[in-house]
Amino acid sequence: MSDCRREWNREDELPVYLAGPIATGPNQRKSYGMFSSVEGAFDSKTIDFDNYAVGRKGSRTPRSGSRERVLDSGDPAGKTSSEGREGSLTDSPGEAEDVRPGVVVRYPSGMESSNGESERLLIKGGRVVNDDQSIYADVYIEDGLIKQVGENLVVPAGVKVIEANGRMVIPGGIDVNTCLMKSHLGTQPADDFLQGTKAALAGGTTMIIDHVTPEPGQSLLEAFERWQEAADKKACCDYSLHVDVPQWDETVKEELELLVQDKGINSFQVYMAYKDLYQLSDSQLYEAFSFLKQLGAVALVHAENGDVIAQEQTKILRMGITGPEGHALSRPEELEAEAVFRAITLGNRVNCPVYITKVMSKSAADTIAQARRRGCVVFGEPITASLVTDGSHYWNKNWAKAAAYVTSPPLSTDPTTPDHLNTLLASGDLQVVGSAHCAYSTSQKAIGREDFTLIPEGTNGVEERMAFVWDKAAAMGKMDENQFVAVTSTNAAKIFNLYPRKGRIAVGSDADVVIWDPDSSKIISAKLQQSASEYNIFEGVECRGGPALVLSQGRVVYEEGQLQAQQGAGRFIPRKHFPDYAYQRIKIRDQAKSKQGVTRGMYDGPVHDVFATPKYVTPSPSAKTSPTSHQPPPIRNLHQSNFSLSGAQADDFVPRRSGHRIVAPPGGRSNITNLG
Amino acid sequence: MSERRCSEDDDRSSLISRLGSDSPRPRMKYGGMFCSVEGAFENKTLNFESFSPQTQRRRAARPQPQITNHPDPHSMSLDCGRKPEYPERTHADTGRTCRLQKVKVLAGDRLIIKGGKIVNDDQSFYADVYVEDGTIKQIGENLIIPSCVKTVDAYGQLVIPGGVDANTNLHAPQRGMNPTDDFYQGTRAALSGGTTTIMDHVLVEPGASLLTAFDQWREAAEEKSCCDFSLHLDITRWHEGLCEELEILIKDQGVNSFLFFMAYKDKYQSSDSQLYEAFGVLRDLGAIAQIHAENGDIIDEEQKKLLFLGITGPEGHILSHPEEVETEAVYRAVTIAKQTNCPLYVTKVMSKSAAEVIAKARKKGIVVYGEPITASLATDGSHYWSKDWPTAAAFVMSPPLNRDPSTPQYLTSLLACGDLQVTSSAHASFSTAQKAVGKDDFTLIPEGTNGIEERMSVVWDRAVSTGKMDENEFVAVTSTNAAKLFNIYPRKGRIAVGSDADIVIWNPKETRTVSAKTHNLMVEVNILEGLEFRGVASVVISGGRVVLEDGKLNVTKGSGRFISRKAFPDTVYKRIRARSKMAEARGVPRGNYDGPVHDVISVPKLVPPTPTTRGPTCPKTQASLRNLHQSGFTLAGNQVDDHIPRRSAQKIVAPPGGRSNITSLS
Repeated sequence: MSDCRREWNREDELPVYLAGPIATGPNQRKSYGMFSSVEGAFDSKTIDFDNYAVGRKGSRTPRSGSRERVLDSGDPAGKTSSEGREGSLTDSPGEAEDVRPGVVVRYPSGMESSNGESERLLIKGGRVVNDDQSIYADVYIEDGLIKQVGENLVVPAGVKVIEANGRMVIPGGIDVNTCLMKSHLGTQPADDFLQGTKAALAGGTTMIIDHVTPEPGQSLLEAFERWQEAADKKACCDYSLHVDVPQWDETVKEELELLVQDKGINSFQVYMAYKDLYQLSDSQLYEAFSFLKQLGAVALVHAENGDVIAQEQTKILRMGITGPEGHALSRPEELEAEAVFRAITLGNRVNCPVYITKVMSKSAADTIAQARRRGCVVFGEPITASLVTDGSHYWNKNWAKAAAYVTSPPLSTDPTTPDHLNTLLASGDLQVVGSAHCAYSTSQKAIGREDFTLIPEGTNGVEERMAFVWDKAAAMGKMDENQFVAVTSTNAAKIFNLYPRKGRIAVGSDADVVIWDPDSSKIISAKLQQSASEYNIFEGVECRGGPALVLSQGRVVYEEGQLQAQQGAGRFIPRKHFPDYAYQRIKIRDQAKSKQGVTRGMYDGPVHDVFATPKYVTPSPSAKTSPTSHQPPPIRNLHQSNFSLSGAQADDFVPRRSGHRIVAPPGGRSNITNLG
Repeated sequence: MSERRCSEDDDRSSLISRLGSDSPRPRMKYGGMFCSVEGAFENKTLNFESFSPQTQRRRAARPQPQITNHPDPHSMSLDCGRKPEYPERTHADTGRTCRLQKVKVLAGDRLIIKGGKIVNDDQSFYADVYVEDGTIKQIGENLIIPSCVKTVDAYGQLVIPGGVDANTNLHAPQRGMNPTDDFYQGTRAALSGGTTTIMDHVLVEPGASLLTAFDQWREAAEEKSCCDFSLHLDITRWHEGLCEELEILIKDQGVNSFLFFMAYKDKYQSSDSQLYEAFGVLRDLGAIAQIHAENGDIIDEEQKKLLFLGITGPEGHILSHPEEVETEAVYRAVTIAKQTNCPLYVTKVMSKSAAEVIAKARKKGIVVYGEPITASLATDGSHYWSKDWPTAAAFVMSPPLNRDPSTPQYLTSLLACGDLQVTSSAHASFSTAQKAVGKDDFTLIPEGTNGIEERMSVVWDRAVSTGKMDENEFVAVTSTNAAKLFNIYPRKGRIAVGSDADIVIWNPKETRTVSAKTHNLMVEVNILEGLEFRGVASVVISGGRVVLEDGKLNVTKGSGRFISRKAFPDTVYKRIRARSKMAEARGVPRGNYDGPVHDVISVPKLVPPTPTTRGPTCPKTQASLRNLHQSGFTLAGNQVDDHIPRRSAQKIVAPPGGRSNITSLS
């Protein structure tokens, strides 16, 4: 009961809607002595998360003001202000939602609109799996939020009940890397926000973070708005956006600041590859990292050595290799590992958290693991493709198949790579699984049929991501179900400051819930997928595990193979800067690592003359190019001894040491010059 | 001896087992045991001329020390069991004061080194060495030698090949200031420390001619140098136009190593692309790429930041050159070298992590060599915080000395196990007055430390007398490895018949304390001031002449010869050659893709701004031609049927011209 009392004491801090159900819940629970201890531990973890998770509080506040549903106030007026979403909801009204056994009664609430979008749901008999523990508990969902978690919940009459039958109830997946609108030479990916998010939902992913990819010279802000507009119209699940920084200059800085402060973006991608296009030099990366750190953003890095790749591409094209195998040949694993190493070094110098997108090779993953062991704040993201398949397909005789695998960094040709990456993922050396979903049709890929450098880069994977992590890691016994939740959802939510709103089954979190069926099995095929691309790189691979039911924002969107996604239902989730998970250590290090000079007396000994020309006085770049010759200095230093360094001297055999020693300099001897 | 060798890695043990573990025992004068060793030695040294082409050419003028030369009384080589043709040696006295019979012979002295233990990188044995005309003519017991030769007594001491210092900067100016120690002072100090060959860096200013700079350096060195020297070239601005000069330098001038900088932004720094190109060219020409590995971009930014913070003293130097910046650059250099299949030599390995990167890369099979220097083996970077500005400034060099006090020990351990190969000094000394140019701004302090004189002693003291390496390893890291890498072996780096008479008699028992008061350099601060080192060169013979004896230096200015080095050193290039044969990439033969091709929209802003680099050899995509195969849907904007999956819409079931199996995806 002490637990409960603590909860009540917090009532004033909690949203109103939380107070009632929680207060009654534990009263009922008392009869189960054995279970209540676990329950209590769970409660104290979940109830007061509002208190310690600054991200949550912060991220809620702007939402309520703008386009998001107002949850904390329960004010119906606030809800109507969500302009884009409201419109699309009316486009697709009244989707059938019930095939499951259980009672479904619409609760005639005054604050609920009549479109049936929000419902009350009770998931019964499931095992709630979070990243830290698994418990048997029921989950009650209302208004798109998880309202209660526990046994014998007191719920209003007439809620829809979903029988989980002992299956896992996990937080919906978060796919941190999709490119659903990234244009390549003017062509858009085959999967746009609608297709892509539908595929995501079908795979158990209830949130995506898409990459905004402006071309060099374009405004980041405009690009962001274009993306947001497109996604608001089409996305079926919640989404957020990373913004790619294609170039670095002063105007970019202002836009970044605006994006972080006002738009809720806390992650920006920089490129070390794509020479003469997106690539930033080390100096620019240093500046960019410094700036992002000031803003409290996470630096995402596409890590490949663009200089060497450009050289290799030239070489390989000159050799007459134009097929997709040239892509793999021109981007060997070492270049990825090298760039990862460099990115980590830069990040560590600046003390900025670095997030490596698309870890494709063993050596890159090992580099990250070692850096983490040294204490660097770095995160690594393997993708669906690198966890499942390898680069042997680039040598496929079928051009279209080979081209379908083209992505950067390429899939490693080492067949043991997927296994290794899964192991590192299980051990926590890699943290997040993305999909890097960027599907182009074969005809689009065929733009590069005579030159592999023109093939649009990207593979599918948003739909298969969760299932393959289960199949390759959890079903193999490499990781447990909690770690599975961590790498597919929770870690991403923490790094990008969505936690605990996303990535956790807890009271107050968004009702993005997946009932996971570890026993189901399917064979991946382009024929069965939601994605619009006509080739699936995992074609024919059998995969255990899959979602049995997917709830997005409290609505059943996928059930027993039936997808009921609603176009435009996805909300933009703004993310506050300074995510704790990435920045806590950074902040402390900043304080600890402040540099201090040595206080010395002024050096007042002799100073060698330098040329009167400005080139040697300043380290400006122009000065450094001029050749030096052996002219004597134009001004003679009176302190200097009279010997000259040019040419042989008559007294060469005499040690000249004492010549430089000023025993009694004008102005008195100073102990600073005393070299004895 | 046997205990020490326990720590050796396995591949050496087979080599060592041939020697037996009894080398330190009193030598057997006449007997079967020694003969067998002697014979093994003979095989190694006698016919080396045949496998190292460069020595033949250079020796053409000199008498060939081969077995066929028996009638020549002065160039007798030892033949097992052959009876002495000369009646008796006349100088049989064996006191320590036996350097009496100083006979001025024609060109070089005739010398016999008696009673020492000859230490090469592969074995040690007791034998006398007879030197004539600047070359080693005989090795063995009871040598038959002419009368009137000077005898050098080496009883109880080691006879080792003279040190090879693979990195000195005795002539390279910084900010217009010449180093305090020029070729004369520098080589003089080198000789006093037991180093008989130096390899100096020719710093070619950006835009200057390589050949001109080379000639300038060679002239200066020939005029002043007291010991043999060779030259590396530092290429500060790479462009294709240098290829011609490189070829001349490598083929005609005897330079086979070129240094590139990854630091000194906007001054000497090379980009990754430039390095890639340059490494490719060097590999084709058979040279070794040397690298100054530090990330210049980061350093530049850090320097700005520190100066902005108001840190102007020498501690700013180390703060702006952190260890990981070195490590990163080493990693990058190794990657580029691997990619271009070019041998890489990392100069100045100053930190543990950089050394580790090299060690790991070697384990992966990459042809890379690492060179720790005197300073990094003997001291650490704590001195940058010295309250005394001149002392702190004296330590300024790039990469800087590491703050971690365990670095020297770690580097010596890697040196002992073969992960690092060569020790050098990176000697570049500037007087305090010169250093004081940067008294208000640490970025202006000329970089460089001393070490040319102390190098051999430091290695002996830190590695051999602590038991980390044996005397053979010592010879390897101070002399033989450098000679092998840069292709002057076995002329240098070995005590063998036919080799140059660069010999050091090493006294492992003696100690010396380093001090600026007693050293042979011009510079007023010695960074090793006050440190005591065991192991001292008691006699140094350079080019057959005794230059150090009884603590007295007797050098001749200008006596040093330029040692030209042939391209394609075997030690380095055997593997490279084999790999370039193996590493041919091949394409996949496929039918032409004849399926539908998406139209590229010809909007100029969406095309990469510099398309030449991305698709250099191929024409740009067919922007203007319409593809008739394409389906009619366009991706731009919203469509009415957005909610219908479009998968099938793009599939061409029966394209005009018939279906092709290449586009079939199922």
